[in-house]
Amino acid sequence: MTSRAAPTTDGQATNPPRATVATRNGDAMASCSCRHCGLPVPAPLQEPDGDSFCCAGCRTVYAMIHGEGLDRFYEMRERQGDELSGRPPAPGQRTYAEFDDVEFQRLYSRPLPAGRMAVDLHVDAIHCAACVWLLERIGQKLPGVAEVRVDLGRSRVCVDWDPTRVQLSAIARHFDKFGYAPEAPRGDGRDEQVRREDRALLLKIAITGAVAGNVMLIAFALYGGALHGMEQNFSDLFRWASLLLTVPAVAWGGIVFFRGAWSALRAGVLHMDLPISIGILAGFVGGAINTITGTGEIYFESVTALIFLLLVGRFLQRRQQRRAAEASQLLYSLAPRWARRVSGDEVQEVPVSALVATDEVEVLAGDVVPADGRVLAGQSNLDVALMTGESRPVAVARDDQILAGTINLTAPLRVRVEQSGECTRVAQLMQLVEESAQRRPRIVKLADRLARWFVTVVLSLAALTAGVWSWLAPEVALDHTIALLVVTCPCALGLATPLAVAAAIGQAARARLLIKGGDVFEKLHQPGVLWLDKTGTLTEGCLRLLSWHGDDTARAALLAVERQSSHPIAVALVRDLASAPAGSDFDGADVTDVEQVLGGGIRATWCGEPLIVGSARFLQEQLPQEALAKQRSVLDDAVQRGHTPILVAIGGKVRGVAALGDALRSSAAATIEQLRQRGWSVGILSGDHRDVVDAVGAELGIDSAVCHGAVTPEEKLRIVEASGADGTATVMVGDGVNDAAALAAASVGVAMHGGAEAALTAADVYLGDGDISSVAELVRGADRTVRVIRRNLLFSLGYNVIGASLAIAGLVHPLVAALLMPTSSLTVIVSSYRARLFVAPRPASERRPAALMDSDARPVTLARSA
Amino acid sequence: MSVLYVLLPLALLFAVSALIAFVWATRGGQFDDLQTPAVRILHDDEDDVGERAAEASDEQPERNE
Repeated sequence: MTSRAAPTTDGQATNPPRATVATRNGDAMASCSCRHCGLPVPAPLQEPDGDSFCCAGCRTVYAMIHGEGLDRFYEMRERQGDELSGRPPAPGQRTYAEFDDVEFQRLYSRPLPAGRMAVDLHVDAIHCAACVWLLERIGQKLPGVAEVRVDLGRSRVCVDWDPTRVQLSAIARHFDKFGYAPEAPRGDGRDEQVRREDRALLLKIAITGAVAGNVMLIAFALYGGALHGMEQNFSDLFRWASLLLTVPAVAWGGIVFFRGAWSALRAGVLHMDLPISIGILAGFVGGAINTITGTGEIYFESVTALIFLLLVGRFLQRRQQRRAAEASQLLYSLAPRWARRVSGDEVQEVPVSALVATDEVEVLAGDVVPADGRVLAGQSNLDVALMTGESRPVAVARDDQILAGTINLTAPLRVRVEQSGECTRVAQLMQLVEESAQRRPRIVKLADRLARWFVTVVLSLAALTAGVWSWLAPEVALDHTIALLVVTCPCALGLATPLAVAAAIGQAARARLLIKGGDVFEKLHQPGVLWLDKTGTLTEGCLRLLSWHGDDTARAALLAVERQSSHPIAVALVRDLASAPAGSDFDGADVTDVEQVLGGGIRATWCGEPLIVGSARFLQEQLPQEALAKQRSVLDDAVQRGHTPILVAIGGKVRGVAALGDALRSSAAATIEQLRQRGWSVGILSGDHRDVVDAVGAELGIDSAVCHGAVTPEEKLRIVEASGADGTATVMVGDGVNDAAALAAASVGVAMHGGAEAALTAADVYLGDGDISSVAELVRGADRTVRVIRRNLLFSLGYNVIGASLAIAGLVHPLVAALLMPTSSLTVIVSSYRARLFVAPRPASERRPAALMDSDARPVTLARSA
Repeated sequence: MSVLYVLLPLALLFAVSALIAFVWATRGGQFDDLQTPAVRILHDDEDDVGERAAEASDEQPERNE
């Protein structure tokens, strides 16, 4: 292996600066796209006679891939018609030292023979065949790595390595250099159990499938014999062979239903498994008696085919549900997994679990705060939106308390850890989530409600048949009764719900709605109360310039001075002012003596005149009282709308007011209107200031009585529980840790794209688009799904009525039974998979090939950092 | 017709061997991941990759999209 530490191609070592968004928008340049990521390349970086790159990151990664002789990656990607999700790779600076920690290896890796180890790592960036190919190649080229296997569906990379020859951190750094940042596996340790259950179910399907096929073949021979005559010894052979084959199918495959029925019976409820079990047992016992006595019908072909089909239906539903759950698990991006611990002069990356109180940690700009603590040194701004719902950045300085899970935006901080692990506020909120999830009332599914009277009706019909026939012809009474129980066995009824649910979850995933459970559809069918979080859900969750009052000079001065600052407000102002026309006539050179006042604003000199920029309070402190009088109405208006006004004063006179705020999502109003038309009542639950929430509510036409501002996570939980106390369906839509408990307590919790891990864990549905309009699609799709389930149930009941009438009349020929059952199941299968349940919100031309649909719902990590 | 006494057990023997093969494959984890193998067939064999990569490195830098 050649040296892989440095890019091999020289000449590419001089890295041009990363292109800014502003220059990338130039339309003339769009024709030239980056060799690595496919994004347009800005003009200064275009090279007419070579490969162009949009940024240094892409250039480095291309050089590495090229240097390793792995250019086929690009070919394969083109063939797939896929791009690197429009995001340049950012090879990180992480050392991954925590991967070598004893604790980490004990938790995540497992020993293999010959001293090797295996570990499953999560890599968010895997999304196509080319990624699989590249990762497996680059991994196997490292000395000491025996094998790298990629699981595309779960974004897992299984590394099999020799710890004496190479460190895991070195492998991780190698992946990182190619733009695939590995993370510790985030499953909850149930992977192995899930895998075992999956395999066990597959084996059951295999056995019953093999049995059903062979018994059906033998049954054909018997049908032929019934029509044309067959010698007694051969028909006995076939009957006994069928019996012997059916025993393992019933004992091994049927036990799933017997167990379900038994546990439901003991809990005092009726479950769909009960009529299924009755049918299976009646058919088996009746068939066995008839085989032994050598008279009457055997029902083995119906019984085995029934078990087989039902198991397949369950497997499909289980797989779809788990795929949705896993896909949302992959999105856990905000939970800090590692921290930079400071000991003396040394900074060490350690797993978060290794932190204890009084440890000192460093939190860089853009990082997530790993533990609750107090700031020792540094001044910065924190994005606390996911923790409290507050949309504006919060300034922190020495001795301020900060919470784990918040994002440090501007400058590095030194923090003394006070609470870590289970004691942090995040962990306590997670505790609340678990408790409220357990309290949530479970709905009785439609199919199970049906099962209740189905069992009653079938059993009374059986009693009636037995009674009437023992009076008419006692010798056939038992046969006719068993025939009734077999033909009414609700095969299609048992398939009706799982198939419709599996189809719906699959289609929903294609529309970028990940649904974790089938009960969601039935819960959303009846309109109820829908609560919306504000920050990040109704709004975009980031600051924007919403209005500007003032002259062009003040505007230019504002832009010039804000360019000197890295405060989130300054970043938002520069972004929005610069993109407006006449915004860039003056540059930062005009500004001198810049002095930033924490939590207030900026003082500077602009073209020789004193310039003050900041909040109204800050300017009031600096200027005479009457200076602000003229702007009073503008200020009041901004405050009333819930915006943050920023004033610009030049030479002691206020010359302009910029109002910043968290802009509403464009689709919010229309979505709420659609939901209302469907009968839902809509309210807002937000941790942000009351004024802001009321302003947003007024803009959306939501009654202020149901706009709750400044609510804590505990209050959110209480309000949601109270609104659902009378049994109405409650839906909570949110994205933050502060919403998590309410999400878990609501009948259906819906989490948004870019939300916190806690919210994703607690929610039943995840909106991969991050667009509020998906909520309306979710409700519509749920409605359609429930209608399909009902249609399926109706079909299968229809078949059952026909079968039951024939059986009571004593007319069930085995051929009739053998025909009825598959036709009813087929009807249900076709009806489930032909239905259009969820419509992808985007036009077809923008969509990717279906195979990539499920995996491309993955987010850009830290999407919320401003 | 008495050949049935041989043929039926024989047919069942085939079925059982297929079943054993399936059980073996399941235990070996061949059905754990049903998505990646579908894309892995797009990858060429190991030997082929070396050659193609050598070819590619000669001609690739000239290409521009």
